[in-house]
Amino acid sequence: MLKDQDRIFTNLYGYDDWGLDGARRRGDWDGTKDIIAKGKDWIIEEMKQSGLRGRGGAGFPTGLKWSFMPKESDGRPHYLVVNADESEPGTCKDREIMRHDPHKLVEGCLIAGFAMNANAGYIYVRGEFIRERERLQAAVDQAYEAGLLGKNAAGSGWDFDLYVHHGAGAYICGEETALIESLEGKKGMPRLKPPFPANAGLYGAPTTVNNVESIAVAPTILRRGATWFAGLGRPNNTGTKLFCISGHVNQPCNVEEEMGISMRELIDKHAGGVRGGWDNLLAVIPGGSSVPMIPKSICDDVLMDFDSLKEVQSGLGTAAVIVMDKSTDVIKAIARISAFYKHESCGQCTPCREGTGWMWRVVERMARGEADKSEIDLLLDVTKRVEGHTICALGDAAAWPVQGLIRHFRHVIEERIDSRQGAATVAAE
Amino acid sequence: MSVRRLDPNQPESFEFTPENLEWAKGQIAKYPDGRQASAIIPLLWQAQKQAGGWLPEPAIRYVADMLGMAYIRAMEVATFYTMFNLTPVGEHFVQVCGTTPCWLRGADDIKDACKKHIGPEKTLSADGKMSWMEVECLGACVNAPMVQINDDYYEDLDGAKMEEIIKALRDGKDVTPGPQSSRKTSEPIGGLTSLTEVPGAGGK
Repeated sequence: MLKDQDRIFTNLYGYDDWGLDGARRRGDWDGTKDIIAKGKDWIIEEMKQSGLRGRGGAGFPTGLKWSFMPKESDGRPHYLVVNADESEPGTCKDREIMRHDPHKLVEGCLIAGFAMNANAGYIYVRGEFIRERERLQAAVDQAYEAGLLGKNAAGSGWDFDLYVHHGAGAYICGEETALIESLEGKKGMPRLKPPFPANAGLYGAPTTVNNVESIAVAPTILRRGATWFAGLGRPNNTGTKLFCISGHVNQPCNVEEEMGISMRELIDKHAGGVRGGWDNLLAVIPGGSSVPMIPKSICDDVLMDFDSLKEVQSGLGTAAVIVMDKSTDVIKAIARISAFYKHESCGQCTPCREGTGWMWRVVERMARGEADKSEIDLLLDVTKRVEGHTICALGDAAAWPVQGLIRHFRHVIEERIDSRQGAATVAAE
Repeated sequence: MSVRRLDPNQPESFEFTPENLEWAKGQIAKYPDGRQASAIIPLLWQAQKQAGGWLPEPAIRYVADMLGMAYIRAMEVATFYTMFNLTPVGEHFVQVCGTTPCWLRGADDIKDACKKHIGPEKTLSADGKMSWMEVECLGACVNAPMVQINDDYYEDLDGAKMEEIIKALRDGKDVTPGPQSSRKTSEPIGGLTSLTEVPGAGGK
């Protein structure tokens, strides 16, 4: 188990002061100027060495992403955009950072902004997080007042302005190019890539979009050293991670743990175990609603990191662990997720706009047993026609949960159809 | 996607109060020159607040004019983002999270409580004070089931607690937002399993 001294988010639960004084006591804003004095190349190299992979779901190496920004400006400004549009069902970690440890994010923005030649940053907070947005704005105001943002931020010689922006209830704005569109005042419809944001992002200027957690851990990594962070977890899956454990556990909670902790240890140690004991476990969605579920037999010994979960045809995603015990109607659980994607599809690409509704209606029918067994393969076929055929990954995200259901619980769907047909036959006699 | 239409009954006109107008100017200043359209979501949101929780059509045109946008672009934004209520809502507007993590922990009971004590979804209650609707994941999944009422989250609910909240709000009483259980935020309810050795973090 991760030791407290290796935890980054030491005010995760908000027991301590969220403000600047509390943050300083926890070690934030300590030697920020000295970190910046080491230069852009050093910061980016150190981030690469730490092995940090983006915490927003895709797991793209953060240092590498920063290095894609043009080294010299061609006259266009550079922008840092922080994705705080946390809406992936199961995920509630960035919220804790914003309301309980906002200065980690603010300091991270200054350092990341400097490393990518950006003099301005925007934090895009989901619209529903009204109190979190107010808290974050208050932290930004404190930082301005203390000279940590603005001209010569933190005495570093770098000018950096940070703005808090917000959305109004659209999951799709968590996709980086949709977020940029939304930030420009349009509907949140994803853009075709290329051009990638590092070449043409916000207002057509070079832009990097990072998740809240990725940015918030950066100052601590740079202070304690890449070797420290890389020493935690497993190769290619380093560091610590905020896990959100929800669903049928005795004590649902957020917790920071080491990457590569076993799922069972995570659930047993921190969430008080599965309701009714480990043997009462049916399945787990290990990384937010987009990733395929895995049945208990896999959960027994799977490790919680990017590569381990990929090996079992699922994913770490945002590390939102949704636990389902044996009382769960697993078809209904996925039908509700399908309803979510139908609701959140932006409508731009036909396979997603039509496919999400189609998948939802069929899974709903299957939950009632009102289907033919041949439709299971038809449904699987439709998911494959949505997956990979849309501009952004929402189509994939809508397809995967259904694929996971069919992969591991086909027998449940078949039994449901059988029992309904049996009932219909009896009724007819 | 969801189908969203403007309310048939609309006010004649809309304009910001002087305070909101000042505030709006501050928002527009956050974005580079010529990029004032970026401020549309915050401005529409403020307009919705001023109008009592819903966004009238004249407000959409007013904000479009202020930002130099074509009306249709502002209309697109107002209809795309689901937090803009295009029809009136109650003074206490209850949004029930019904997505899987909340559903697993009893969101259906919360919906039942709302149906029983407020009325059918998306309609004003008989006393005109309340309305409710089911929404998608609100991002407080380890505190499920939960609802958002106006600006605040109410977490760790069950059907009975939801009924109490509805009654209290209807009687004009205050209800403390946050977890309606013994925990402070999102820590394990049985006691901390981490951060016990960090001064301050464990409440010491």
